[in-house]
Amino acid sequence: MELLIRNGFVFDPINGVNGEKMDIAVRDGKIVEKVKGKRVRKIDASGMIVMPGGVDIHCHIAGSEVNSGRLLRPEDHFRDFEPKTSVTRSGVGYSIPSTFTTGYRYARMGYTTIMNPSMPPLEAKHTHEELSDTPMVDKASYPLLGDWWFTLEYLRAGDIEECAKYIAWMITSTKGYAIKIVNPGGLEAWGFGDNVKSLDDQVPYFCITPRDIIRGLCKVNRLLNLPHTIHVHTNNLGKPGNYQTAIETMKCVEDLATENKPAIHITHCQFCAFKGEDWRTLESGAEEIANYVNSHSHVTMDMGQVIFTDTTTMTADGPFQYTLYELSGNKWVNHDVETETSAGIVPFHYRRKSYVHAIQWSIGLELALLIKNPWKIFMTTDHPNGGPFTAYPKIIAWLMSKKAREKTLKKINPKARGKSLLPSIDRELDFYEIAIMTRAGQAKALGLKNKGHLGVGADADIAIYNVNPETTDPSKKYKLVRKAFKRAAYTIKGGKIVVKNGEVISHVEGATMWLDVQTSEPAKISEEMKRKFKEYWTVEYENYPVTEDYLEISQPINVKASV
Amino acid sequence: MITLQPKREFKLPIIAECINPDIFEGKTPKEIGKLKVWEGNKQKTLSELFKVEETKSENPAIIIRGNVSKVRRIGAQMKSGEITIYGDVGMHLGEEMKGGKILVHGNADAWAGSMMKGGTIEIHGNASNYLGSPYRGSSEGMRGGKIVVYGNAGNEVGVHMRKGIIKVYGNAGQFTGFRMHDGTIYVQKNAEARAGACMTGGKIVVGETLESVLPTFTIDGIREKVKIEEGETAIGPFYLFIGDLAENGDGKLYVHKDKNPHLSHYEKFL
Repeated sequence: MELLIRNGFVFDPINGVNGEKMDIAVRDGKIVEKVKGKRVRKIDASGMIVMPGGVDIHCHIAGSEVNSGRLLRPEDHFRDFEPKTSVTRSGVGYSIPSTFTTGYRYARMGYTTIMNPSMPPLEAKHTHEELSDTPMVDKASYPLLGDWWFTLEYLRAGDIEECAKYIAWMITSTKGYAIKIVNPGGLEAWGFGDNVKSLDDQVPYFCITPRDIIRGLCKVNRLLNLPHTIHVHTNNLGKPGNYQTAIETMKCVEDLATENKPAIHITHCQFCAFKGEDWRTLESGAEEIANYVNSHSHVTMDMGQVIFTDTTTMTADGPFQYTLYELSGNKWVNHDVETETSAGIVPFHYRRKSYVHAIQWSIGLELALLIKNPWKIFMTTDHPNGGPFTAYPKIIAWLMSKKAREKTLKKINPKARGKSLLPSIDRELDFYEIAIMTRAGQAKALGLKNKGHLGVGADADIAIYNVNPETTDPSKKYKLVRKAFKRAAYTIKGGKIVVKNGEVISHVEGATMWLDVQTSEPAKISEEMKRKFKEYWTVEYENYPVTEDYLEISQPINVKASV
Repeated sequence: MITLQPKREFKLPIIAECINPDIFEGKTPKEIGKLKVWEGNKQKTLSELFKVEETKSENPAIIIRGNVSKVRRIGAQMKSGEITIYGDVGMHLGEEMKGGKILVHGNADAWAGSMMKGGTIEIHGNASNYLGSPYRGSSEGMRGGKIVVYGNAGNEVGVHMRKGIIKVYGNAGQFTGFRMHDGTIYVQKNAEARAGACMTGGKIVVGETLESVLPTFTIDGIREKVKIEEGETAIGPFYLFIGDLAENGDGKLYVHKDKNPHLSHYEKFL
């Protein structure tokens, strides 16, 4: 099928296109120079914004954890349901939507690529089953590798190359995309009812520190030439005073960065930008983190913005979730995934009138506005931890309009309002910067060559929003912008129109991207390793890897490692 | 005043939150007939399922005549007005209701008065399980209002209740006042076991037999009478238990002394 999108205001930051009126041509799912003939379908995008399809770098949408969350929260679903239509299947929301609904809701907002950021390797099959059932978007998963016993053992021995081979084996066997590290060392310590409190605490029985893990895996990441950096959820997450841990985490890989390329991605940074001694004296550490990020080039991060709503928190950070349960008294789930990681789930309600929640809301926006370079910070809510992804249009409005921020500021806890830095920040992002924060920057950080831009040869994943950048002043008419980003005028996935005026008009399956990491010699699957599998895991070595035919649409990306 | 009458016997569940005096107000019977409801997985209009008639009256009231036990969410989120039902009624009656009155001359199915915030529900027949309790998994219990049942109630009456009053003049099932925080539950006759499990506050009064008291409750004294609400007092004597200690709670569980000789061994702790 051939498509021609005419006269739209194109925002394509990777190719430096800033709101120029251009035509975009599509043939066979790719963007091409031009198309001709009578059979070309024309879309009139005059007066509208044309952007690459949205890319979400961090969003929990599938896996055993998400599914336990669904089971835990019937009350989350019963108010928010979607009946089936002639093209879509029925489903429920709200903070943990069913797989099909997740795909439809993303497509309605113009998103086409989603990264599922925490996959316990043992639960990889479950995760891929759910990802295969998530339509409309291309997706990938990051296996949790920071507390895997093999990683810890090889890093302790200082054998980075052997560790790299095992990591390569693991990424390929679980069909993963990047190295995810959650509370390095802390999850292993949680197995003994403990946690690590700083980068230099010892992990029990392993004689290794979080610093060793982060640095080791950062080196591994470079040896394997993975497209994304290490994806780090810092230690001490969600604890007052943790902004220092976040800065230290960034500092600890400073010397490992090469050629000004990022070496570390700090995810949902809002949750690790707390200043203060305890919850009462909590303040924003956004300024300190922003100062650091502004003067260093080896870091990317995402916001993890908080939305005032009822949501479900879920992370692999078991000890943090336990703390959250103790704070909220809500029902909870906690899980230890054998030799690999842990997990926890707690429903949570972010309230405007709560001092802590209002400060958290403020920190997310402060980070996004104080970090000058939009290629370094991306928009997420850490769905569903800060709020459901369906709130992205709200965040766009807050980022683009001081008026929108002030309107919400008026309604929040007065003490938090007094402490917030937002009234002193005049910066308002433009559509070009929003395009970077919501698609181009994320695609670049992920090393996705064919996503996040509209250059010739890119995948024809395109979002068209019905808002005119020439006549609309987003700082005043933020409601119009919010509405436009909530319901894309058109979403085009792989050259096919899937959404029109915010309604799904056709159902397409998305591919699962994974890395086929080729090392010079594969990791030695010795008798020793098989013995460990027998001894430590509930799943045998032979049944452990996810085979390629397990994926509905498999899209391997070949990576040549340097080991 | 609007009268609704089912046109046929309903076999599939019907979801009709539009049956609400606030929504009906100011609408002609024809407009009311066009309101959307779900029957199974098909969307229908109200007039396809009900005969809609108007009788002249100042009172913004709705009268339903006939068996509507398959019709769910009648009076959901209503703020004012009155609904009278002559017949049995389906699940989620008066869900999240904020004001007004619902009268049922028949039985009500589960979750009557679920997540209620105000208003009154009177059921002259029996109520089913989860009377005045939130939906499964939710902790948004009743926050106000009054539920009166003249018959029996099922299991889990007033779960997570925070305010308001539930009166059952018949018997109640298990787990009455489960996880309740505040408010009053009065069961005039018998209650099955586990009343007040995990309660942290509030008051449960059992007028006749209570099968057993949970071991996490401690006896505090004997009271001659208990005030149920303004103008209504239950005459005892009652054992007063405090609990649930497993939750560090200080809820009050009153159980009639004379009707429960099997609890007399608690007296030695007084």
